[in-house]
Amino acid sequence: MKRREFIELSAKSLGGLLIYSLAGEPIMLNAREGTVQVPLRFFTEQEAKVVVAACERIFPADESGPGATQANAMVYIDRQLAGPYGTDKYRYTQEPFVESVPGHGYQGKENPQETYRAGIQKLGADFVELDGAKQDERLKAMEKSHFFQLLRQHTIEGMFSDPMHGGNAGMVGWQMIGYPGPQMSYRAMLGKYNGTAYRTKPQSLSEILGSPVKPWEDEERG
Amino acid sequence: MQTLKKVDVVIVGGGWAGMIMAKEIATRTSLSVLLLERGGPYQGLAANHDAKDEVDTYVRHRHTENAADGLVTHRRTPQSRANPIREFVGLPFQGTGMGGSGDHWGGTSPRWTPESFKIATHLKELHGASKLPPNLANQDFGVTWEEIEPCYMRAEEMMGTCGKAGNLNGKKIEGGNVFEGPRSKEFPSPPHTMPYFPLLFAKTAKEMGYHPFPMPSSTLSQDYTSPDGVSSKGCVYCGHCSGYPCHVGAKASPNFRLLPIVEKKKNFKVQTHANVRRVVHKDGKAVGVTYLDQSGNEFMQPAETVVLAAWGLNNTRLLMLSKTDEQYDPVTGKGQLGRNLTYNMGGGISFFLDKPQNNFMGAGGLAMGIGEMLGDLGDEGAKEGAFRGGIVFAYNQGGSPVLAFGNGHIPPGQAHSNWGAEWKDAAIKWNERYVSFLNTGNCFAYSHNYVDLDPTYKDKWGDPLLRCTYDSTDADLKQINYIRKKNIEIAKAMGGIGVPSGPIQGRGPGSPSPHTHGGAIMGLSPETSVLNRYLQHWKIPNLWVLGANAFPQADEHTTMTVLGLAYWASDAFIGRYVKRPGALS
Repeated sequence: MKRREFIELSAKSLGGLLIYSLAGEPIMLNAREGTVQVPLRFFTEQEAKVVVAACERIFPADESGPGATQANAMVYIDRQLAGPYGTDKYRYTQEPFVESVPGHGYQGKENPQETYRAGIQKLGADFVELDGAKQDERLKAMEKSHFFQLLRQHTIEGMFSDPMHGGNAGMVGWQMIGYPGPQMSYRAMLGKYNGTAYRTKPQSLSEILGSPVKPWEDEERG
Repeated sequence: MQTLKKVDVVIVGGGWAGMIMAKEIATRTSLSVLLLERGGPYQGLAANHDAKDEVDTYVRHRHTENAADGLVTHRRTPQSRANPIREFVGLPFQGTGMGGSGDHWGGTSPRWTPESFKIATHLKELHGASKLPPNLANQDFGVTWEEIEPCYMRAEEMMGTCGKAGNLNGKKIEGGNVFEGPRSKEFPSPPHTMPYFPLLFAKTAKEMGYHPFPMPSSTLSQDYTSPDGVSSKGCVYCGHCSGYPCHVGAKASPNFRLLPIVEKKKNFKVQTHANVRRVVHKDGKAVGVTYLDQSGNEFMQPAETVVLAAWGLNNTRLLMLSKTDEQYDPVTGKGQLGRNLTYNMGGGISFFLDKPQNNFMGAGGLAMGIGEMLGDLGDEGAKEGAFRGGIVFAYNQGGSPVLAFGNGHIPPGQAHSNWGAEWKDAAIKWNERYVSFLNTGNCFAYSHNYVDLDPTYKDKWGDPLLRCTYDSTDADLKQINYIRKKNIEIAKAMGGIGVPSGPIQGRGPGSPSPHTHGGAIMGLSPETSVLNRYLQHWKIPNLWVLGANAFPQADEHTTMTVLGLAYWASDAFIGRYVKRPGALS
């Protein structure tokens, strides 16, 4: 039985307290202090910390808006890896595994869980203590690896996917880019905002439908 | 293996082709029709609302087939080894479940040109065989424009396709595609309201002397009632279109337009979770099909007539596994089955505009196009080695943020990397200014592009995967670059930022896409085709095979021609075969 692992995250990143004006200007509302314990499904606490740090370098918080830490991208990744995706339930895994051209996609044997375990180890246990420039150096050295490509893709997924998957906390990712969420109709807007941005407060799929939607990674867990 | 009660017609596959055949037979005859679908039943519009999640639907492909079960393998040349496509690279291949790929397609609905169906003869007459690319394997379909046009029309009326006629019975009409083949009727639905990018494209193209037109789209511009009395809502431009099932019923799907009619018929039945593995045949007659249910139980379903209407490549594979024909050999040129593997020749360019595009709004096929390069490229093209072209269109099909950012679109020179602060800032700025032209057009068949059964890789049930041997040619590249040159001119005239320059140098990897055709082609000779011009098997007359497998070569987007040919085959079956079963001539 796997030991139950937790990670402490800043309450700021969980409360959705960073909001955006409709013009896309970030405004920080009285950020609560303190931390919240988030149960981990796949990562160990140590691994989770490395992933948080690496994701933040890939998608950092800066003047253009929040980054991966604030969006809880790591939580998204943890859940995806613990779900059927993590053990290749959606990928053809018959041998032999032979490397090929990029057009054929990933041809390796390792599943996403294994790729992360090994990749995190390669980043090093001391990764979280390094300064940003040093962290970038290590990531840069791995840039061509399958692990890095997954990490980059998953960070973006964790920034911009529906919050039901664990990332995009408080819809900070959607607010940042002016994405309204999976709205059910733009019929009244089409052709009326030509060349100007249509902005509205983002809503998650559950909010829009007015009923809970179960993410696939949870459904397949039973 | 349990043997089930015999039916008159068993249809394999609940996508467009199978459901058209089912609806035509079940409503126009008293024959008993059983449709076998490997996936699940249609779940209704509520489930399609839940499907508007990008991660589950578009990234993990929850509503389409599972790549883990085995897709296809690919290699570029007959000398090299093939790799399996282990996961979807971009779009999913095929649907599974009622509606098939027709439940998650984009709705882009161009017809092909009159010459597309007799391209082998046409090009030889036009240029002389010696001027054409080497190893060309084009063949005529065996159907004429006059025969296929009414079938296109029925498909459009069933779906409620939007557009504006540019050639009505030979009369050219400005505002429509004046380069299209003559149409017998106006489009059933008016064009969509267009957003900024397609409008700017149309305005600029017109100033440059082109004739822009609204791209035909089978996503309804307004509420519509089909000739069969099926009513559907107009599009809401939610932007979750291609790759997603529609939540209002506006994007034509077999589940919206055909299932409501056919499920009321007493002579029609569906068996879902029925994965067909073989066509059983003896002495030139199909006896039925065998299938597995979800628990792995195998059944024999006897039938008077067998109709294969799975995804095109799966039809071909089923025939190979069932040993109906001689495998095509690219060295000797002998054998019928496996010939003429073709794709959709794309190309197109992406660039940026200085204004936000609201890319999250949109619909598949929400586009303005130009048809100047559709069909023959004439002497100007031939001089550059490009013979046939396609439609260029500027689209707003809607886009969700993971996909947009995953691709990391920024103009060249804006960042040194595709991650980190510099890239992030640029990606946020340019994300909503990103636009694309897509070209859809001619794809020639070559003797070295074919399919057979893979010697190494097997599907979940132990049957060999289909192996695609496909490499694009220099002639393909010349065609793409001929159109690309015009793409670039128009993009620059639109004030595009980061417009690519120069021709594409290398050829792509040639791995298959959802728009894949050929393998079990129709034609005029049983030596070089599997099916006659009615999509009836040459040697097994009670076996009919419907789908893009039948295309000897391809032109614009796949769906309309699959639908047109399905109507064409259903008429031959009902009007002639049922009255006097046997090989049609």
